[in-house]
Amino acid sequence: MNNRKITSPVAVGVVLCLTFLLISCGTPSHVHTAEDDRIRDTGGSAAGDFGPPVGEPIIATLTSAPNVPPPINRNTPAKLIVNLEVRELEMPISEGVMYTFWTFGGTVPGSFIRVRQGDTIEFHLSNHPSSKMPHNIDLHAVTGSGGGASSSFTAPGHTSQFTFKALNQGLFVYHCATAPVGMHIANGMYGLILVEPPEGLAPVDREYYVMQGDFYTVGKYREKGHQEFDMQKAIEENATYVLFNGSEGALVGDNALRANTGETIRLFVGNGGPNLVSSFHVIGEIFDKVFTEGGSHYQENVQTTLVPAGGSAITEFRVEVPGTLVIVDHSIFRAFNKGALGMIKVEGPENLAVYTGKEVDSVYLGDKVNDLTAVTEATTAHSTTGEVTIAQQIAAGKVLFAGTCSVCHQLDGSGLVTVFPPLAGADFFLADTTRAIDIALNGLVGPITVNDQSYDSIMPPMSQLNDDEIANILTYSLNSWGNDGGRVTREEVAERRASTDRPPGAAH
Amino acid sequence: MLLAAFAAADDLTDGMATVGPGEFHSVIPEGKEDAAIEVPVFQLDQRPVTNVEFLDFIKAHPRWQRSNAVQLFVDTSYLSHWATAIELGPDVDAEQPVINVSWFAATAYCEALGARLPRWYEWEFAAAADRTHADARDDPLWRQQILNWYATPGSKSLSLVGQRAANFYGVYDLHGLVWEWVDDFNALLVADDNREQGGADKIKFCGAGAISMERKEDYAVLMRVALLSSLEAAYTTQNLGFRCAADLSEGSL
Repeated sequence: MNNRKITSPVAVGVVLCLTFLLISCGTPSHVHTAEDDRIRDTGGSAAGDFGPPVGEPIIATLTSAPNVPPPINRNTPAKLIVNLEVRELEMPISEGVMYTFWTFGGTVPGSFIRVRQGDTIEFHLSNHPSSKMPHNIDLHAVTGSGGGASSSFTAPGHTSQFTFKALNQGLFVYHCATAPVGMHIANGMYGLILVEPPEGLAPVDREYYVMQGDFYTVGKYREKGHQEFDMQKAIEENATYVLFNGSEGALVGDNALRANTGETIRLFVGNGGPNLVSSFHVIGEIFDKVFTEGGSHYQENVQTTLVPAGGSAITEFRVEVPGTLVIVDHSIFRAFNKGALGMIKVEGPENLAVYTGKEVDSVYLGDKVNDLTAVTEATTAHSTTGEVTIAQQIAAGKVLFAGTCSVCHQLDGSGLVTVFPPLAGADFFLADTTRAIDIALNGLVGPITVNDQSYDSIMPPMSQLNDDEIANILTYSLNSWGNDGGRVTREEVAERRASTDRPPGAAH
Repeated sequence: MLLAAFAAADDLTDGMATVGPGEFHSVIPEGKEDAAIEVPVFQLDQRPVTNVEFLDFIKAHPRWQRSNAVQLFVDTSYLSHWATAIELGPDVDAEQPVINVSWFAATAYCEALGARLPRWYEWEFAAAADRTHADARDDPLWRQQILNWYATPGSKSLSLVGQRAANFYGVYDLHGLVWEWVDDFNALLVADDNREQGGADKIKFCGAGAISMERKEDYAVLMRVALLSSLEAAYTTQNLGFRCAADLSEGSL
C-alpha cells in the first residue's frame, strides 16, 4: 500500500495502523519525515480557536475569478469584515448567448474570500435593490446552523449581518440556499472561501481561482439569444453547459491564465454544481500536489482529481515547458461539447528534453473517433437578417476558433508538427476553400501533406457548428496569421452542407 | 363561476373584479397536505395600484409622504423612485405600478378606500388563472410566463399596468410585472431560522425541491412565497407593489 493515498480520516487511520504494524514488525530506525507531518492531525475545529480577535477590524479584500486575494501573513486572529453583494445580472454565457445569472459580487463564481483559521468574520450580505429574488448564503466554512443561511435570508434592497469564527482550515464552497436551492445554484450562486492554516500556505509563484458549474437552458448548447433556465433539464441533470468561471470564454484566448516556465502554480478549484462532479484535469501537466477535497493533506503526482459538487480541491504544479495547458473536466464531452475548457499559457524557453508532445494526441481525438454517434446535435442555425461585414465575421470567427479549433490547430494556427496540421501559411488549407468547408462539415480522416509535411490524423466533423459559425471560423482563418485573405459566406456553407453526404455518426 | 368584471357604482368596487368562490390546492397546504383550500367570493383590483393613484392617496394623507412617514412603518427606500415627496418626476410614469411601498403603507392605502390587502390564498387562487381557465397551473406556458419574468433583470424599467391580456377573472398583471404584498405575508412561513426544524420553514431553505416537485409548477409560485417571507412589514423594494381586495359583502351588491 502506498501510504501517500490519504483521502479521508478512515484512510488516515488505516495508514497509521499499517505504519504501527510495520514498526512493530521491526522496521529499524524510523526517521521523522515530511510524510509524518502530512498525516499529522490538524486538530480540527477543536484546535481552531485562537482566542478573541486582536487589533482593529479589517475589511476583507475580495477578488473576482480568476484572481485570488494575497496571502494573509498574520500571526494573530483578527476580526474580518466581509461585504458581499448579490446581483442579478444578464451576462454572456457563451458567444452570442445571454443568460440571467444570480451572483455573489457580480461575477460567476462569486468573490473569493480569504481568511485565517481562528479569524472572526463579520459577514454582511447585501441584496441589490434591483434584485427580483431574496437570497442567502451558506458558507461551508461556518460552524453553525445552516452555514449562515438561516441568518442571512435577505430581501431585495436589504442587508443581513451575522458573525462566525472560522474554526476549520481548508478551501470551502459557499452558495445560496434559498428555495429552490438548485435553481439558485444553477444560476451561478456559489464561490470559494479559503481558511488558511495559521502558518499560511507554502509560497508559490501564481495563485488562480477556477470554479466549475453546470447550467441548464431551454435552448440548445450555443443557441443564440437570451436563454431561460430549464428546470426540467436541471432535475434530469442534463446540463446544456458545463463551464469554468461562468462563461465559455472565461479562461480562453486573451482571458487565459498565464505563467512562466519554472513557476509553481496553485489553482484553487471549486465546483458549484448544482449536479455534476468534476473530473478536474489539466492537459499537459501533472499535479505535483493535490489537497484533496480542499482539505489539509495532499496527494502527490495526480493526473485527474475529483471535485464534488459543493466541494473543492487545491492543486499545485510546476510548469517546465512553454505552451498552452488546457483545463478540462475530463468527463470529456463536457469539455468539447458543453464548454468545460480553459487555458493556461506558459511562456519561456523551450525545453525539448522534457516535452514529448504525446499527451495531447491521446486526449483529444479518442472520444470523437470512438463515439461519433454521441456528438451533440448540431446547434440550429438562426438566420440573422441583414448583411454581415467581413470584419464582423473575422471578429466572431476569432472567438469561435479559440473555443473550438485552437486546442488542436493552436491559437496561432501553427498546429503541432506531425500531429495537427497548421492553418497558418498552409498550402493545403489555402489551396481550396470549398474543400476547407467540406472538412469542417464532415471531418477528415487519412493522410494529407501540408507544406511538405505528412499528417495522418483524424479531424472529427464539426457537427455542432452551424453555417454562420463555420463561415466565420474559415473567414477568420483565411485572414489571420499572415494568410492572404478570402471570405466564406453562410450561403456557401449551407450549399456544401446540403450537397455533401454526411459521414456516419455526424449529427447534421 | 362569475366571469365578467364586476362593475359597481361606487368608487371602491370600480376597477375590481369578482373572484371565486372556489376551492383549490395551494402550494402551501393548510393543515393536511391534500386538503383543498376554500376561497370565499371576494373582489380584487383588476390592476396593481399605480404611481398616480398612490400619489392621490399621499396628497389626502400627508403622513404617508416619504418625508413624514414614521420610520417604524417604512424603510429608507420608501417611494425613493419619486422625484420628491409629492411629485413623481420625469422618470416615473403615472401608470406604472407603484413600488417601494411597505406593507403598512399598502394597508393604509387600501383601508383609506374601505378595502384591504388580499390574503395569500385569495391572491394565489386568482393568479392560478390564465386568460381562459380558472386554474391553468398544469399548463407549461403558464409556468414559463412566470419563470421568464424571474429571469428578467429587475433593473429594467417597469411596464405600465394593464398592458397584457386580462386573466379569466378580468384581472391584469398578477404575473410578470411586480411582486405584490398580501395581507398575511408574515404568516406564510414560520419565522424560525433553523432549517432542520422542518415544517413550513423547510420551504424557505430546502423544501421547494423536496416537497413540491410532485407538482412541478409549484416551485414557481413557491419562489413568490420565498420572496414574501423574506420581507418585514416596513420593507420596500423596487419590484414590490400591491393591489387591494374587498369582501363582496362589504361592496355594493
